Amino acid sequence: MNAIKINNLSKSYKGKFAVKNINMEIKAGELFALLGMNGAGKTTTIKMLSCLTPPTSGDAYLLGDSILNNPQKVKEKINVSPQETAVARNLSVKENLELIARIYGSDKKTAKIKAEEMIMIFNLTEVAKAKTKTLSGGFQRRLSIAMSLISNPKILFLDEPTLGLDVIARRELWSVIKKLKTEMTIVLTTHYLEEVEALADRVGIMAKGELKAAGTVSELNLLAQVDKFEDAFIKLATDMEVNI
Amino acid sequence: MRFMTFAKRNTKEIIRDPLNLMFGLAFPIVILLIFTAIQSNVSESIFMIETLSPGVAVFGLSFISLFSGLLVAKDRDNSFLMRLFASPLTASDYICGYTLPLIPMAIIQSIVCFIASIFLGLSVNVNLLIGLLVLIPTGLIFIGLGLLCGSLFNEKQVGGVCGALLTNICAWFSGAWFDISLIGGVYEKVAYLMPFSHAVDITRAAIIGDYNAIFPQIWWVIVYAVVINVVAIYVFNKKISGKNI
Repeated sequence: MNAIKINNLSKSYKGKFAVKNINMEIKAGELFALLGMNGAGKTTTIKMLSCLTPPTSGDAYLLGDSILNNPQKVKEKINVSPQETAVARNLSVKENLELIARIYGSDKKTAKIKAEEMIMIFNLTEVAKAKTKTLSGGFQRRLSIAMSLISNPKILFLDEPTLGLDVIARRELWSVIKKLKTEMTIVLTTHYLEEVEALADRVGIMAKGELKAAGTVSELNLLAQVDKFEDAFIKLATDMEVNI
Repeated sequence: MRFMTFAKRNTKEIIRDPLNLMFGLAFPIVILLIFTAIQSNVSESIFMIETLSPGVAVFGLSFISLFSGLLVAKDRDNSFLMRLFASPLTASDYICGYTLPLIPMAIIQSIVCFIASIFLGLSVNVNLLIGLLVLIPTGLIFIGLGLLCGSLFNEKQVGGVCGALLTNICAWFSGAWFDISLIGGVYEKVAYLMPFSHAVDITRAAIIGDYNAIFPQIWWVIVYAVVINVVAIYVFNKKISGKNI
């Protein structure tokens, strides 16, 4: 079953395409990584899929609901962890988590329980009562991602989730994402090739707003006729036009 | 009732910022004390508490724009609004969530100003309640201006527009500390094209029990409040339609 079906999705600003005619399907329960250099169109694609930016043309269906015709239904099923840390600065870690749980429809008691769960999963116990503006960048990032999970989304968009994290924090987050893989469909954008190799079931390579290729890491290596994924990425993102 | 959850968060964000408490509550009281001290040392009736207190109450409300503008701008700057825009919150949830907590804050601010004024000699009577009532549309003007500025500008710009420009315009063109008619001419005409001087006049009229003098000036304030809030809601809605995130 497809969780996401994208039909000819495009976004242009003043006639210049940020995303051009993307067609793609992502299966339910899959972790799909969107890989590309800066300005490749990864974040714009995620913004369109999460109803933050309307497409210039085309449409996408998330679990059967159109982002154009039924964005409210789509929003109830998804959650997003934006590229920049997105937390309420004068609220504590626990209050931030409860806030998001309640916005997504949990009652007060359930929101508290869910917040406690997230605090445990993301090792935030020591800072649970601290105002988020006093936290280190690493803690803020972890909280920001925990906030995107507390609503138990069916589809989760993680826009460069490990950006700015140190190696240990990155590995901790990888382990959390691995645990989540079976429970929801995850679309992740990243610059880090090793992150893709460690986490992704399938990978889409974007360049200049276009989806150049999609497949598993080994399929992409085969397609580019190279052994290393880094070489495949460079070749596919810069040289070849591939029909998927 | 998602907006209530959002409104509670916004209340916490505002009241937990010590600068907001300083500007919203302490600063107007300091102004009252300073001008009252000046009055006690001069023979002329320049800063009588009956005229000073309504002026300070209106001027104090101008900081509400700073609170709401900064809150919206900060949320936009740190991507928090992007997270919320991807949630099931609707446009009306945002508007209510951002504006409703500020109405009781504006009323509390005015009450604190009047209580401080009572200690400085203001008579306690029913007119104070009427004064609080006529201050509500003035509060709505500043709440709308805050939402508008927060939607249009970044945090630094909101600090400049609401924190410096708006408070100065309100201070100089409201007649809060001096009688605008003493300057007269173009200055007076310009002042009475804006809502702040009308707001101070009607609050003064209410405080001294001259209810007839509240009209027709209150209509200036109400019309400004409606127009500014309609424009603010329109601009905010345009922003959350997704084209400018």
